[in-house]
Amino acid sequence: MTVQVALFIALAAVAIVAAIGLLRAKNAVYAALCLVSNFGVVAVLYILLGAPFLAMVQITVYAGAIMVLFVFVIMLLGAEHLEHEDHLLLQGPLGWLLGLGLAGLVTFAAISANLSAPAELPAEVSANFGSPGSIGHLLLTEYVFPFEVISFLLLAAMVGAVVLTLVQREKKARRSLRNPQQS
Amino acid sequence: MNEVTVIIIDAAIKAAVMALVLLTGFAYMTYAERKVIAGIQVRRGPNRIGPLGLLQPAADGVKLFLKEDMMPTGADKLMFNLAPIITSIPALVIMAVIPVAPDWIVNGYTVRFVVADLNVGVLYLLAIGSIAVYGIVLAGWASDSKYSMMGGLRSTAQVISYELAFGLSMVGPMLLAQSMSLRDIVHAQEARGIWFMFLQPIGFLLFFITGLAELNRAPFDMPEAEQELTAGYFTEYSSMRFGMFFMAEYIKMIAVSGMVVTLYMGGYLGPFVNQFPPLGIAYFSAKVFFLLFTMIWIRGTLPRLRYDQLMSFGWKFALPVAMLNVLATAIVLVYVM
Amino acid sequence: MLNPWLYIGIFLIVVFILPGVPVLISALIAPRKPNPIKNATYECGVETVGDTWVQFKVQYYVFALLFVIFDVESIFLFPWAVAYNQMNLFMALEGVLFILILTGGLAYIWKKGGLEWV
Repeated sequence: MTVQVALFIALAAVAIVAAIGLLRAKNAVYAALCLVSNFGVVAVLYILLGAPFLAMVQITVYAGAIMVLFVFVIMLLGAEHLEHEDHLLLQGPLGWLLGLGLAGLVTFAAISANLSAPAELPAEVSANFGSPGSIGHLLLTEYVFPFEVISFLLLAAMVGAVVLTLVQREKKARRSLRNPQQS
Repeated sequence: MNEVTVIIIDAAIKAAVMALVLLTGFAYMTYAERKVIAGIQVRRGPNRIGPLGLLQPAADGVKLFLKEDMMPTGADKLMFNLAPIITSIPALVIMAVIPVAPDWIVNGYTVRFVVADLNVGVLYLLAIGSIAVYGIVLAGWASDSKYSMMGGLRSTAQVISYELAFGLSMVGPMLLAQSMSLRDIVHAQEARGIWFMFLQPIGFLLFFITGLAELNRAPFDMPEAEQELTAGYFTEYSSMRFGMFFMAEYIKMIAVSGMVVTLYMGGYLGPFVNQFPPLGIAYFSAKVFFLLFTMIWIRGTLPRLRYDQLMSFGWKFALPVAMLNVLATAIVLVYVM
Repeated sequence: MLNPWLYIGIFLIVVFILPGVPVLISALIAPRKPNPIKNATYECGVETVGDTWVQFKVQYYVFALLFVIFDVESIFLFPWAVAYNQMNLFMALEGVLFILILTGGLAYIWKKGGLEWV
């Protein structure tokens, strides 16, 4: 138990450092990498909680797919070279204020909740808890409606991607029609 | 506490053995590749250092160690240093879940010939594979060179495009074995008495072809198209840092071969493997060697694809076929059950 | 349950050392005589012209976007495939429907020319 707690504290510290790094990094690529390491640490936390499937999905989808997209966009736009301009006058102090408020609330909740009281959890989860098979079974029995809705959500995302680029391509076609040598 | 110590020692030994085997494998893969390609092109290949040139990898290693390490002026120092390491780690880690022989009981102690048998093994392969992209993209970005940048972007786009069909062609064996654990998948092939490559020929071919693309191997070696991109994302790398990229590529070849063997070619299965489990290592290695030879053979035979052809092959052929293959497998399984 | 992950963790530590050591040794014994010309960015023997960043095709972005979508799809198929034998016909067909809808999406993108590398 104590090993797990120590491990949790160490991992949580890494996650927090990565998150702060994300906010403070001057270079967008570094910020993205901080986010990737944060996702990685969260995945390890999932493993500690006995949810390896979720951990692997976290790495594959978040660290492996979504963040690759982010890094791609940063590089395509050359965003890491952009000059930093501070338009946010009000948001800075407001952010600090709200952040401190949230930290206060969490601390208050942590103190007022009796942490030493035994939580009402099953002492031992079944052997195939969180195993891919049981997740698949649940997904297609209890959560079958969300499962199908997801396919439509993904379909909508595809249509979105097509629409976005279709505009691009039509513009390009028009441009190359106007001066053919530039294409 | 005692049990934990045993686990730690066991794991450390396995990790060290695995790492050593992979490193030796890498060294001799470079030699084998040069020899085989030389044979295909009716040349002799390396033959000066040691008998039959067998010490060539050692000489290459010494050379890499002694070369000056250069860094372009505009490079991002931290990322430039990190990228080769980020590239080589996933290549090594991926082998951890692949079983190379059945369990062996010696004097009541069970020897497991796998570093870790995860119940999410297949997903682990996919997850680690998807992380491997970062090394490429960072190397390209950190070098601050047009060739590297272009090569890095191209390579990343290629790897993510083929990852879809690669991932989907793992679904076939999972449907047949009803498990994500790689050991269960091998057991299922044993129980059915047939390798999955015969039940899932389309899945097998797709998995191998998209695997080649994931590796940036010929005929999908666009990022290293020397005529147009010099060396792609590692143009600016020299010395041991270049060696790390080189190592990662060859170890990934071994890892992908290991994955194909486990998922589709019966893993360590072979005659008498249950009577004497260490035989499994020999069968496993033989199958891996066969696939590695095929990869080199393909490189010696096929010309490189054009980039637009490569992308349309991935998106218009590999992905739809992989999806339809999953669909067909599922429907046939319903019918059978 | 946690044990195989402990193995992975230890494996990871060993593997982290592995690529670091050769680079370190090389850094210690290799010569280091940098000069501005040697450290110049490579560009076919001429001095580099302009910025590294050049305008890239928007198609790179499109493919990355589509990759995320289909990656999520294949992740959903994984548990479905594993739980296949505990299912009744209806549940199996739910998965088939899921694939069909997304194959339809792919066909739509294809028809609209989203998969062209131009």
